[in-house]
Order: sequence, then C-alpha cells, then structure tokens
Amino acid sequence: MTELVHDAWVIAVKDLTIEFRTRSAFLSAVVFALLAIVIFYFAWDPTAVAAGDLAPGVLWVVFTFSGLLGLHRSFGIEHEERAIDGLVASPILRESIFLGKAIANLVFVIAVQAIAIPAIALFYNLDFGAASLPIAGVAILAAIGVVTVGTLFSAMASNTRLAELLLPMLSLPFFVPIVLPAAQATAKLLSGRPAIEAMSWLKLLVAFDLVFVVACTLAYPFTLEE
Amino acid sequence: MNHTNGVVVEANSLVRRFGPHRAVDGVDLSLHPGESLAVFGPNGAGKTTLLRLLAGLLKPTSGFARIDGVTVPGGALVRRRIGIISHHTLLYDALTARENVEFAARLYRVDDPRSSALSALERMGISERADATVRSLSRGMKQRVSVARAMVHGPSVVLADEPFTGLDASGSRALAGILSELRESGATLIVVTHNLEEGLSVATRVAVMHRGRIVHAAQTGDVDAAAFPAEYRDLVGAV
Repeated sequence: MTELVHDAWVIAVKDLTIEFRTRSAFLSAVVFALLAIVIFYFAWDPTAVAAGDLAPGVLWVVFTFSGLLGLHRSFGIEHEERAIDGLVASPILRESIFLGKAIANLVFVIAVQAIAIPAIALFYNLDFGAASLPIAGVAILAAIGVVTVGTLFSAMASNTRLAELLLPMLSLPFFVPIVLPAAQATAKLLSGRPAIEAMSWLKLLVAFDLVFVVACTLAYPFTLEE
Repeated sequence: MNHTNGVVVEANSLVRRFGPHRAVDGVDLSLHPGESLAVFGPNGAGKTTLLRLLAGLLKPTSGFARIDGVTVPGGALVRRRIGIISHHTLLYDALTARENVEFAARLYRVDDPRSSALSALERMGISERADATVRSLSRGMKQRVSVARAMVHGPSVVLADEPFTGLDASGSRALAGILSELRESGATLIVVTHNLEEGLSVATRVAVMHRGRIVHAAQTGDVDAAAFPAEYRDLVGAV
C-alpha cells in the first residue's frame, strides 16, 4: 500500500510538473470555462429564470466540459514517445499509474474550479455566504468522481486514433450519476435551504465516488493490454 | 539471482498474433548470463514484437517468455532487473534530461535518484545538457538520455530495440561500450536491429528473423559480417 501511494505520488508530481511547465491544458480549460460562463450569461433572461435556479446548471456544465480538456491530455503525454512503455515495464503496480494520473487530474480540475466557481458567483451576483464551504465540499466530491471515470476513459481512448471524440462519448454518460447529485445539492445550498436537505444527494455522490474509485482502479490494468 | 539452469532469458514456442497476422511465430530462445544476442531482420520480421513480448509489454497469444524463471511480466523483482531501450525515446519532452532519468530512478527505487541520474547522464556524455528540456535536444542527444534512463537502475537484462538510432559516432561508441561493460559484468543483452555492423559490435550470438520466425541462429563466437551467410545478409540488407 505504501509503495502504491509512493509511486502514484511520483507519477502525479511528474504530470503536474509537465502541466505547470506547459500550462497548455490548464489555460485551455480556464479560457473555455470563462467563455462558457459569459455565453450562458448573455443567453440568460433574468426576468424568466432566477440566478439561483440557473447557476447550478451552468456551474456543472462548465465543470464537466472544462474537465474533459485536462483529462484528454492526461494520457496523451504518455503516447508521444511511448513513455507509457517505460511506466508499464517499471517495477510499479499498474494501479499506481492510474492513481498517479487521477491525483494529477484532480489537482487540475480543482484548480479550474477555483477560478470558475468565483467567476459564476460574480456573473450571476450570487452570495454563497454560509454555503461556501459546503459548495466547496460538493465540488471536491464531484471532482473525485469525474476525474476517476475520466482518467479511465482517457487511458482507453488514448490508444485509439479517435481519442478526442471517444473520450467525451465514453465519459459523459458515466458523469451523469456524479453531476446529477452535485447539481441538486448545489441548488439546495444556493437557494438557502438548510445543508441537511442536501445530505441525501451528498450521500449519493459519496457512494458513486467510492464505486468509481474502486472499479476504475481495478479496471485500469486491462486498458494496457494490446 | 534465481536462474533456471543458468538460463536468464527464455522464450518457448512464443507466438503473437495481430488478427490473422502472426507477428511472432513460434520463437524459442534461451540466454545465459553474459550472453548478448543480436536479432537481425528486415522491417516487419517481428523483431520489435519479440522484444515487447520479452519485456512483458505484450501478452503472447501462446507460448511463454521467462526472465529468471518467472513468466513475464512477472513481479517487481523481475521487472527491476530489466532495462529497455526503444527506438521511441520513452521520454517526456517538457521535462529536462535529468528530470526524466530521475523520474525513472524513483520508479526503480534507486538510492539517491538525483545523483544516480546525473552519473547515468555523464556516462552517456550528455551531463552538460542535464538541465535542458528534452524538447530542445537533438534526436541523437535524446537517444543518449533515453539510454541513460534505461541504465540508471543498473539492469542485468537489457532489451534494446534499435538502440543506435539517431546516435552519432561518439554516442554509438559510448552505447557500445556500456553494453559491452554490462555483458562483461554478467548482464544478458538482446539487441534488435536491422543494421548488421552495429548488432555485431555488441553480440556474442546472432539470430535472423523473417516473417516472425528465427530462420538462422549462430550459437556463439566470432561472428562477423564476412562470415555471415549470404542469404541472411540479403534479409538484413547488408549485401
């Protein structure tokens, strides 16, 4: 277990170093998120839909699609010079490759969220107030689920010629059980309802996170077989 | 070491198919410590597939490959003994040469990964570019870093696929020197190449592959290009 965590961390640090140095996926995701927020803002009729009703939907649409940009890059860097062969041939557990990638992707998605969520609050004039911390918790839980599923499908899609098309097609249906409770919990919190009312959605979110983390980690080694 | 009858690398009736195509078609081989096998053959002969099977990067359709008596890919102990050099560099362009080799050293649990990485780079004569990103290096320099990456953990089985690709004369000499040193220290080498001279410079045994099969094997000794059977020289393009 210690070795699994150590090796996963070594891989995550390597991936984050590459992303920090190139910033290609991060900048794309942030620009995409901000543009999407702006487009939704100008398409919004405030007399028809209240900001608090629209914002959760916008938040999770932006979160889902901007996250995909980083997830696609995740295994792409391993195939440019077949570096994945070096990882697979090394004496580490294959699950640690997956976990390392997932940790790096989680940091990436949370960093994008850290910019997108305040931007949504600003555009829709939302006052998170006491809901700030619970919403941050929901965002992190949703990020874990999305990143886990997305990392697995990124690994599968990166072996194909249609990687950019396949990743969203494979991932998005599996994002539904994560995005649905996250959006519902966010709506409850933003409408000023007591946090306890969002608990049932949060429990569902945690359950799916656990299922996806375990299932995707165990499934990953099979994606390496040619 | 856990050698089985002194055999370190073993392949038994190894077959790998891609659809109907048999890329490797019933290969048998066994290598002892200190032996170096050069595998020649034209493009598409199955050399790279054979090496990927031995490295555990591909699963055989039938037959088996073993390193130290353990069926590959095996566990961490076996994989720690293997060093892989490929015609792909296995490097990350955005990392520096040192970071790439140090990353490999960490995965292989090498003591003091940073200084081990630097000494591996020095051995390949590229230490002065240790802090340059791989993206900024020439093809030959990248190959030197790639070799340093493969050697940083001191492997006792080296699987090299076209290792001389892109290397200039001094890089080729450095690599040949390292491979010879490894062999003399008891390591087992398999070098896949379609270049007769380069292969013979590091080999103690040779095999020629054609359409997935080993069609000619010379057991040991003083193999040189002139003594190589003419029909097989045609196959490897050394007429």
